[in-house]
Amino acid sequence: MSSWTDKRPMSPHTSIWKWHITMASSILHRVTGVGNYIGIFIVVAWLFVTTTGQENYDQFSAVTGSIPGMVILFGFTLSICYHLLNGIRHLVMDAGMALNPKTGSFTATLALLAAIVLAVVIFIGAGLIPGLDPLHFQGATP
Amino acid sequence: MSSNKQQSVRTALGKVRGLGSAKEGAGHFITQRVSAIALLFLVPWFLISLLAAVRGGYDGAVDFIANPINAVLILLSVGVALYHMRIGMQVVIEDYIAKTGTKLFLLILNTFVCVGLFAAAAFSILEIAT
Repeated sequence: MSSWTDKRPMSPHTSIWKWHITMASSILHRVTGVGNYIGIFIVVAWLFVTTTGQENYDQFSAVTGSIPGMVILFGFTLSICYHLLNGIRHLVMDAGMALNPKTGSFTATLALLAAIVLAVVIFIGAGLIPGLDPLHFQGATP
Repeated sequence: MSSNKQQSVRTALGKVRGLGSAKEGAGHFITQRVSAIALLFLVPWFLISLLAAVRGGYDGAVDFIANPINAVLILLSVGVALYHMRIGMQVVIEDYIAKTGTKLFLLILNTFVCVGLFAAAAFSILEIAT
């Protein structure tokens, strides 16, 4: 344990930090980044399956439209929303703005809450919740 | 900081070489953010258009991708997203995997996966749009 003699600061270990919203925000940004990495497989699969004709497309839609499929799609939507909104926050902070602790905590909370609201709005707006179709898109229902 | 004799975090050798431990990084930092700025516009467009398109089933999807402007924007959205996530995942791998062999394997795999997904996406879009 005491063999560490380097006087320079060590990389922080999560276990020694008091839990804070900005820390959760940072971890979530990375987690949702990895989530989006996995999610894009679904997007590319959708593009590819569209080239293979109606029958395969309908089978694919049946999977994504099932309850587990919808849960995964909602998770992916939430992951995109959070990473996008918190990404804006990161770009603002990279520009040297909004860096004081109080503002940091506020924007971290804001990004998290806004992401949840946005994901729910997108899901309802797109008519993906059965029985709820506020925008009345034209075309066949899935 | 209150202390006026600030101790440098760099080693003597590091100072002489004039490079950080990774020998690069500024370019990575900038490209990650430039691609993020592009995605700020591309992702909302793609998400909204995609959700509207899939309402029309198979025909709706084909019509959406076949439109030349949409085809270019989908290609850009997926391409930039894959680029952004390749360099993002690179950092995640470099942060958590200390073993050189495993790290190299995963870094190469990361590149192959992203390039492979791009090839599949590009083929699909061009197949439908042309």
